[in-house]
Amino acid sequence: MVEPSLLFGQFLGGLTTAMFLFLIASGLSLVFGVMRVLNFAHGSFYMLGAYLAWQTVQLLGTTHGFWPAVLAAALGVALLGAVIERTLLRQLYGREELYQLLLTYALVLILGDAAKAAWGTRQLSVSRPPILAGGIELLGTTLPTYNLFVMLLGSAIAVGGWLALTKSSAGRMVRAAALDREMLGALGANVGAIYTGMFVVSSFLAGLSGALVTPIESIVPGMDVEIIVEAFIVVVIGGLGSFWGTFWGSLIYGEVLSFGILVFPSFSIFSVFALMAVILIIRPWGLFGRPIR
Amino acid sequence: MMSRIGSLCVRLPWMFFAFLAMLSIPWFGSRYDVFLGTQIAIDSLFAVSLNLLVGTTGLVSFGHVAYFGIGAYVCGILMKTYGAPFIVALLAAAMGAAACAAVFGYFCVRLTRIYFAMLTLAFSQIVWAICFKWDDVTGGDQGLPDVPYPDLHWMSAIPAIGELRIDDRFYLVAVVVVALSLAVMRRIIGSPFGRMLTAIRENRERAAFIGVNVRAYELAAFVVAGTFAGIAGALFGIFNRGVFADYVYWPKSAEVMIMVILGGIQYFWGPVAGAATLVLLNQEITSYTEYWPLVLGVILVVLLYAFPGGIVGGIAGLARLVGLNGSRVRA
Repeated sequence: MVEPSLLFGQFLGGLTTAMFLFLIASGLSLVFGVMRVLNFAHGSFYMLGAYLAWQTVQLLGTTHGFWPAVLAAALGVALLGAVIERTLLRQLYGREELYQLLLTYALVLILGDAAKAAWGTRQLSVSRPPILAGGIELLGTTLPTYNLFVMLLGSAIAVGGWLALTKSSAGRMVRAAALDREMLGALGANVGAIYTGMFVVSSFLAGLSGALVTPIESIVPGMDVEIIVEAFIVVVIGGLGSFWGTFWGSLIYGEVLSFGILVFPSFSIFSVFALMAVILIIRPWGLFGRPIR
Repeated sequence: MMSRIGSLCVRLPWMFFAFLAMLSIPWFGSRYDVFLGTQIAIDSLFAVSLNLLVGTTGLVSFGHVAYFGIGAYVCGILMKTYGAPFIVALLAAAMGAAACAAVFGYFCVRLTRIYFAMLTLAFSQIVWAICFKWDDVTGGDQGLPDVPYPDLHWMSAIPAIGELRIDDRFYLVAVVVVALSLAVMRRIIGSPFGRMLTAIRENRERAAFIGVNVRAYELAAFVVAGTFAGIAGALFGIFNRGVFADYVYWPKSAEVMIMVILGGIQYFWGPVAGAATLVLLNQEITSYTEYWPLVLGVILVVLLYAFPGGIVGGIAGLARLVGLNGSRVRA
């Protein structure tokens, strides 16, 4: 029989994965929910965040560099998002969805190669900030402090994001834009600015999670594609465009993956795919999504 | 006068001439031309099969490479591991790809538009993960090197073909298989079934309202497209002398999607033009730089903003300008 402490360890591991996925997938889901654009390049933003963080740490040194690096990565990617939305994406809103998909697809190719040209193909890594280097004993397993920090931050962003969307006036505008863009525009709201803002927030989250993942996973070319597929699965499970759906989708994904390793060591990813297939049969629009016409 | 010459020009069996010209390459061209010709033929078939979904039915699949890869693996495994004859392996590849397309398609057509695109991508990544991990059957990350050429000794008896090298002979086989497949697809798109797919593309709700089982039609289109992608994959595995997990990885899906868009999704022959252009461009550009995906991405961005109709769309526009009736080139 499996030891309880091992199970708990797996649970915590799944929770860490889930929080990262939530940070990434929430940006993807937000942009889709409001703008109806599925951003293939979201994973590339995440990868750029990781590379920017690594670069900043190289400049500032390992001891003090981590927190400025996280900030620089998130802001840098947010800026890139703003430029892309303003110059490229904006012109395609009136066109068929295929063209928007293809643009973000082209960005994946361009950003992936640009990162390869700038940082090469070797594996890079960033060490944990000294203040979070230790671990905590918890029910017989050791939880790295850094993972605990990520879990707390992820939860804080989930709650903060939900409050901002439901309680603030900006959040009301965003929800109105998601429901009926034209009506909101007719009422005098600046829908273009809301779209830019949403895209920037989403890019910020992607850059932030890319920077935060560097102490846990090494930075390699191809991490963009890997993460975007995982994020797709999360939003398919939870429901694309649904805030809490993304949260629960990430948790389910993280835990199924984590416990799947115990059952099928080398094929654990298939337990997630199987789950996705089952959900698609029962509720094609995801657990928390709404059916679309 | 102009328009009479024009209509004569349009009425000539251009595609048959093109087919004959392609067949003559081993006698008039270099070994390198044969190499490029094989690749163009195979990619054309792959791209046209994708366009059956994207252009004809309006289903944007971002995971079409899965069926290409399955065809390549089935054919490669049968020919290398079990020594099966080519024709058996080719048919098995088509059927294997069709079966997978039927299973995956069953889920995919339950979703529409963006959700459909995402799910096709997710399934292609599943196929990739299987090919990458299942060492015993697919060779895992090592792939399946040394897939044999089909046994084409019978060709030695034919005059003129007798003195050709094996890669030239395989090229002839590939061109014939591709031409037959394109003819069948052309026929399918022109049939009442194909017209119904176009009706679904134009207005899903209305098609459903007049009693069409939209999902069943979409699934059928998905299976047909997957089958021909499988045939293309089988040919490619032999041409490339091996099958590797890279075949199934999503940048390959991107490449074929770009071929389709580059050529023009509204035209049956658009993807063929796109495939030929991209193959030639690839040969040219990769001799200067390793950053081919970057170039691809830039081409795609330029297409999106400047030439949404693609190459054939541009040519048809020109033809209309000089007074030719371009309607026959439309799919």
